[in-house]
Amino acid sequence: MDSLHPNDAILASPTSGLHADSVFAHLHRAPEDPILGVTVAYNKDPSPVKVNVGVGSYRTDEGKPLVLNVVRQAEQKLVNDRSRVKEYLPIVGLAEFNKLSAKLLLGADSPAIRENRVTTVQCLSGTGSLRVGGEFLARHYHQPTIYIPQPTWGYHPKVLAGAGLSVKTYRYYDPATRGLNFQGLLEDLGSAPSGAIVLLHACAHNPTGVDPTIQQWDQIRQLMRSKELLPFFDNAYQGFASGDLDADAESVRMFAANGGECLVAQSYAKNMGLYGERVGALSIVCKTADVASRVESQLKLVIRPMYSVPPIHGASIAATILKDRDMYNEWTIELKAMADRIISMRQQLFDALRARGTPGDWSHVIKQIGMFTFTGLNSEQVAFMTREYHIYMTSDGRISMASLTSKAVPHLADAIHAAVTMLSESVTSRVSS
Amino acid sequence: MSSWWRSVDPAPKDPILGVTEAFLADSSPNKVNVGVGAYRDDNGKPVVLECVREAERRIAGNLNMEYLPMGGSVKMVEETLKLSYGEKSEFIRDKRIAAVQSLSGTGACRLFADFQKRFHPDSQIHIPVPTWANHHNIWRDAQVPQRTFHYYHPESRGLDFAGLMDDIKNAPNGSFFLLHACAHNPTGVDPSEEQWREISHQFKAKGHFPFFDMAYQGFASGDPERDAKSIRIFLEDGHLVGIAQSYAKNMGLYGQRVGCLSVLCEDEKQAMAVKSQLQLLARPMYSNPPVHGALIVSTILSDPGLKKLWLKEVKVMADRIIGMRTALRENLEKMGSPLSWEHITNQIGMFCYSGLAPEQVDRLTSEFHIYLTRNGRISMAGVTTGNIGYLANAIHEVTKSA
Repeated sequence: MDSLHPNDAILASPTSGLHADSVFAHLHRAPEDPILGVTVAYNKDPSPVKVNVGVGSYRTDEGKPLVLNVVRQAEQKLVNDRSRVKEYLPIVGLAEFNKLSAKLLLGADSPAIRENRVTTVQCLSGTGSLRVGGEFLARHYHQPTIYIPQPTWGYHPKVLAGAGLSVKTYRYYDPATRGLNFQGLLEDLGSAPSGAIVLLHACAHNPTGVDPTIQQWDQIRQLMRSKELLPFFDNAYQGFASGDLDADAESVRMFAANGGECLVAQSYAKNMGLYGERVGALSIVCKTADVASRVESQLKLVIRPMYSVPPIHGASIAATILKDRDMYNEWTIELKAMADRIISMRQQLFDALRARGTPGDWSHVIKQIGMFTFTGLNSEQVAFMTREYHIYMTSDGRISMASLTSKAVPHLADAIHAAVTMLSESVTSRVSS
Repeated sequence: MSSWWRSVDPAPKDPILGVTEAFLADSSPNKVNVGVGAYRDDNGKPVVLECVREAERRIAGNLNMEYLPMGGSVKMVEETLKLSYGEKSEFIRDKRIAAVQSLSGTGACRLFADFQKRFHPDSQIHIPVPTWANHHNIWRDAQVPQRTFHYYHPESRGLDFAGLMDDIKNAPNGSFFLLHACAHNPTGVDPSEEQWREISHQFKAKGHFPFFDMAYQGFASGDPERDAKSIRIFLEDGHLVGIAQSYAKNMGLYGQRVGCLSVLCEDEKQAMAVKSQLQLLARPMYSNPPVHGALIVSTILSDPGLKKLWLKEVKVMADRIIGMRTALRENLEKMGSPLSWEHITNQIGMFCYSGLAPEQVDRLTSEFHIYLTRNGRISMAGVTTGNIGYLANAIHEVTKSA
């Protein structure tokens, strides 16, 4: 069969035969992922002074990735157990892992757990938990609109829209104070339609590091109760905010108390360092045990056509640690050490900027919580820092303190200082208090 | 205040995985599970391949657990493409294949279905009758409308080749078809090499898109190269194929969720574009795929000694299943069954489409504590020398007056 299509001319391969045109010939190259793309660019840079403070992966002070001792131990235990097999998990994942994750989240004495009102399904880390929860809501919830804070993790909009939800925003960060825009938040949630879903960062807000106080959380909770807004927590940093697992779960526990219903996406990527193993859980706290059981059955229908069943390895490691008292305690110590190193990096960067007399108030560097600092630098300044100082960070001005090392602090401080002083005066007035 | 979820109905149980749940709940000492397609040794025990144990010993505690790139493990994908396209494939050499690590076969199919929806929103998927039940769920959730095509011939318990060819001819030009590369699930009925050539030829004439689900490479004949024959025929004929590959069965990595989705493109530039779009679809689902299983695969396949061991172990599994097929048929014939059981040895791979009616299956379960899916699909991997007599007897009992 002859084809007079002009595209034939470029095909040299004799086996291309009749298929002159791929059915996907009209595709364009997708843009690089804004967050993961930072590391791609960093890897390409040959400069000896380059610094990667882009993606939120924890590094030791030597700049190396860290596998927790307790994780190594758990893995060895699993490998040495010849009776272990690699069979399919159930669709909802490893039962033990699910129970222990719910306990970690809601507390060992949680009434909701005692009353069998919580359904927990193992998912692919935080992303997977958000996606599965989102799809469940898009199918079964009467008001499939979700309000996300401004700003939020770069991928929240895509994940939630991909799940079939309609995405709107509420005010959260105040650039002027570099703190919470509490008034704006209350106004926006107050004017949301009754029953709308609200995405909340349980602790250590990404990217700003700005968290509500306990009193503010209570006000938010009451407002949401009165407007029948449904809370969907993203819990990616439990243990990383204050160093204490229970303290970091206070917001979630407050909402789940008194019979409140909510969804929670839980991740072990950061707090157990299990990043690539994709370990997480989606918990839905329901009014009754019967409802929880029906909800679980519907979650299975979302999961099965996506990937059938979740991966076994990472969840087995997490369960091994969570159920062993000694390993659990060792985990909390290693977790606190990571949180403490981040806090010391904050202090070092703050001191370095003060020492250079960098214009502006940089106290937000030590006030903000968790892995990230929202510097307040604009995309122009960020591009300058990358170009001139080989600093790799996201264009929204977010720096991952978890990947910063003592050695890199002076260079980073120099870069920030240069960016702030050399680029427009309006910037200077913006950052000063 | 009442629950938000008052109106949520309980979902129906998964027909396949629900069988194992029921089996586990049964306390009878005679119970037999020939439901889910997970391999068992002759003692009825799950198997972890030695090559896998060795690979795990080498990697445990040694490497960090950083995120894989969105497209997954480059090494694992490279080795996986060699299995499907051929070790010396010009398509690999010319970088014409867009490929990403996926969450086993299910994840690969779902990613392709989403990709098909995004870039060919008006297209449909043609699915064989019968097929793995989850195929329907996958394309439905991707919102791609489905058509079916004739495949299984109940009377002969073989291939309905005439019906299949008619449906290929009658489908609109440029239709998307789902094909099982080997060891069709659930029937075990595969086209012959000659028939594959005719199918490929007809696909060319119609400009159809062939999407292969290859979940059992190595498991059908015991030889991965032989099991990839259908794909190689299509590649020789110039088709730009799509392939979903899984290591769940042939490496026994079920729970690790390791697989690969590949799409053959016209050139390297197009392959890069397609790969970037596949990644864009995976990112909002799970960001990046799990690292552990991929590490096992790449450790095994890139080490000549381990790879050789793997090929040996795959052959052992396939041979045991072939042996059980022969034995089951002989047992039934010896019992004087009035029916023909030729199809047990004609069919290939993990499953035997027994031809049992749902009511007969129900009797097998309620009277004999034998668990299988209601479509009469028997997982031969669950048959052992220990239970084959009991199984044959039970099948004979429920069919002798058929």
